[in-house]
Formats: sequence, C-alpha cells, structure tokens
Amino acid sequence: MSVIPPNPRVAEKVLLRLNKVSVIHDQTPIIENIDLTLHKSEIVTVIGPNGAGKSTLIKTALGIIQPVSGNVERAKSLVMGYVPQTVSLDNALPLSVERFLRLSSQVEIGALNQALDQVGAGGILRSSMHTLSGGEIRRVLLARALLKEPELLILDEPTAGVDINGQAALYHLIQQIRDSYRCGVLLVSHDLHIVMAATDQVFCLNRHLCCSGAPEQVREHPEYLAIFGHQTAEELGIYRHRHDHAHNLHGDVCDHG
Amino acid sequence: MDEFLLRALIGGVLVALISAPLGCLVVWQRMAYFGATLSHAALLGIALGLVLKVDLRLSILMVSLLIALLLMLIRRYKTLSSDTILGILAHGSLAAGILALSFMPTVRIDLMAYLFGDILTINWTDITWIVVGGTLIAVIIARIWQPLLSVIINADLAWVDGHRQDRLQLIFLMLISVAVAVSMQVVGLLLIVSLLIIPPAAARLFTRSPEQMVSAAAMVGVVSVLGGLGMSLELDTPTGPSIVACASILFTIALIASSTKQFKHDR
Repeated sequence: MSVIPPNPRVAEKVLLRLNKVSVIHDQTPIIENIDLTLHKSEIVTVIGPNGAGKSTLIKTALGIIQPVSGNVERAKSLVMGYVPQTVSLDNALPLSVERFLRLSSQVEIGALNQALDQVGAGGILRSSMHTLSGGEIRRVLLARALLKEPELLILDEPTAGVDINGQAALYHLIQQIRDSYRCGVLLVSHDLHIVMAATDQVFCLNRHLCCSGAPEQVREHPEYLAIFGHQTAEELGIYRHRHDHAHNLHGDVCDHG
Repeated sequence: MDEFLLRALIGGVLVALISAPLGCLVVWQRMAYFGATLSHAALLGIALGLVLKVDLRLSILMVSLLIALLLMLIRRYKTLSSDTILGILAHGSLAAGILALSFMPTVRIDLMAYLFGDILTINWTDITWIVVGGTLIAVIIARIWQPLLSVIINADLAWVDGHRQDRLQLIFLMLISVAVAVSMQVVGLLLIVSLLIIPPAAARLFTRSPEQMVSAAAMVGVVSVLGGLGMSLELDTPTGPSIVACASILFTIALIASSTKQFKHDR
C-alpha cells in the first residue's frame, strides 16, 4: 500500500467505512483485508481486472453480502442508492418505466419525469422496460436511485457496454449529481482512463487493495502498472473530458439544455 | 337455479379470483413446477387426514407447508437444481400418499374426486373455507404486493430498499399452500396448477402493467369457471377438466389474437 495522500474531502462526514473486510465464498477468498473510507461529496472509484472482487466489494458495502471478518460501518440511517449493471426482467412480467420507478418512490409524475430528464432519458416514462436498450435501462436505474435522494450513491460498472463518448458523458453526469446532491459516490469499473478524470480517490483492487490515492498517483504506482500494464497506462493517460456539446440517448450530438 | 349450481358458481368464481394474483406471482417467478409439487404432495395430506381423522383441508395445508419449508431449506444446497429437488419432493410424496391410501382398505374414497375435483358436490362449509382462506390471501397479498414485486424484479435492489427476499418468499409459499388446500375441491389436485398459470399466461399477452395482468387473469379465470360449469351441465363432462379446457381455449384464442396483432405491427 502506498501512503494515502492528503484528501480535500476528509473534513467531510464519513458515510461508509470498511475495516479489514474479507469475504469468502465456497472456501475461496473473494476479497481480503479491504480498508476503505468514503466521505460526503467524495467520488471513490474502485478499479480492478475481471474477477478482482469488485461486485463483491459493492455488495458488501450495501450489506447484501456479510463479511467473514472485518466490519462495515455506515453513517446513521444512511440513505443508499444502488445502481446495478443491469436488471434482467422476465418477459412474463409487464412493466413500464413509470411502474418500475413507482415501486420504490411514491412521488408524482412530474418528479419522475424530472429524474429521467436529469439522467438524459426524458420521454421514456410510458415505455415498456422490455423494449429499452442497455444504456436506457442503466439511466432508468440511475433515475430510480436519484429519486430516493441518496446520501451515498453506489454504482456497479456504470460504463460497461457504453461507447467512449457515452462513458465520458456518464462520468460528467455522475460529477454533476455529486455536486447537486452533495452525496458520496462509490463506483467500480474496469475502465482505466475516463474513470480517473472524475474521481477523488482511486482504489486499485485485485482481491486485496494494491494501491490507492489520487488518480495521478495511482497511475504511477508499480502495482497498478503490474496489473494494467505500462503501455496501456501511457497510451491512454488521463482523459480530461471537455464536453462542449450534449448527446441524446442515441449518442447523437444535440444542443445543450 | 338449483342450489348446488349456485354453490358451485360461488365456489368456482372465488377460487378463480384467489388464483389470479397468486398465479401471476407464480408465473413471474417461474414457479409453476412448485405449484405442481404442492398439489402432488396434497395427496399425502389427504391420506394423513384420513388416517388421523382430521379435516382434509387442514392435513393438506400441513403437508403443503412442510413441503414449502423443506424446499426453502434444501434450496441452500446448490449442488442440485430446484427443479430436480421439486421432482423428488413431488413424486416422493405422491408415492407416499398412494401407498398410505393402499394400507387403508376399509376407507372408501373417490380418488378421482380428489384428483380432478368435484365442484358440483361443494357445500356451504367448503365455501366458508374458501372465503376464509381467500380473505387471508387477499389481505396478505395486498400488504406484501409492492415489496414482493421489487424482490421479483431484482433482489439486490429490493434489499437496499429494506425488503428481504427469504421472508417474502416464505410468506408467498405459505399463501400458495393455503390456496391449494382450499381450492382442491373445485378443480382437483392435478388441475390446480392449470388454474394458477393458464389465466395469467393468457392475460400477459394483452396487458402492460402487473396490476392489469392480475385483473385480466381474474377475468379469464372467472370466464373459464362459468364456461366449464356450463359445458359440464350441457355435455355431462367432468367439471374440473371442463374448466381447465375452457381456460386453455381462452389462452389459445389470446395467443392467436396477439400474434396476429404482432404480425400486423411488424408489417
């Protein structure tokens, strides 16, 4: 582990703290000895290769999986919003976007439309969940989480299957959400570069935590390079997205606002 | 109208109404085989009830609840899939039930009536049972409807909202057990599952929300019961199978109608 650098958010309230958390499944250790702290208004990204235990880490943070050792502390009566990679819906269950959102939030229709607009999925309230694309489903899931006005937003691979411009736009959106809701954000990803631009803290996971810190520091860390390779890191660098236009759901460029 | 016919109508319609929400939940969770297992096991319940001289509905309920609990426990062992375990429970208990009945040569029972139902002999006590069981089911389903839907759609999302899958599913399995026990007499043990799954399957083809699907399933169920009773009276056919035949015909019509609609839509 490298020394954790000074972090401007440490003065904020701690929302989530994992103390030496280990999870074992079928006698195989999935994650070992994870320490992680997340503050209010902070974006923490966990990156790692496939099979590194990223989803397990998220489910442990949510309380769905119980650690075999160590413990998870959450701020008192913490409201968490969870955005899974996708939901697989059985075709036998008819479900519109509106009905899906209303399962967790009993709010009026204006609020539902507003939440969808905010994530760039306006106008699909009446659509059937079964006809949505993967990207649209992810936006609906994000809207669903936002309707709960979460203090902590937890996202599992939010950019999987989204093209590179879409990824940058999505991270921009996550930053906007952090700024307007002042919530903490925990997300996992196997993307290397775009992730970094929008993140306060990066944790590099490969069953155990290899290294952590600000994005620029993690990028130079030998353990990070050992996992993700020198070349990739240099080629891609840190991509700072300057977004001077907007996309609609289909990825076409359209005017701002 | 003859009173036996009135009783049959009331009993049949009530069972169709109870089956609609439960049946939709069974279909959404792909649990049709579980329903079949419970109804097979109910024969063991009948045998036990005859031996112990208790109300058959009570003994069926006990055996069904036992099977539901066993299933919840065994499901934790991931080596065998659920359908294999269900198959073992279904046929094991069916065999045990028939063996138990064969040891009671002095007991004269009409096995056919239990297997295929005998709605025309239903009495007011039976109807009272259906009303009590149905009310219990309706009240509990209304209370757990939203959480159970959340769990069915995605258990992890539901967990974060504070809904526990194990608890909700156990309650649901118990309600199915109650439904099997009280509706046995209408369509019979072997046909209970069809009344649970055929109306929702027909309803799915034309509905856009879970609640719409339940209402449509209730309508299909009620029409099937009325049609089956009519057919049984006109043609002197066994009533339970007549009801199920009607439901199947309605499903086929719905399927043809919806695929024609789809075909026009695609062009």
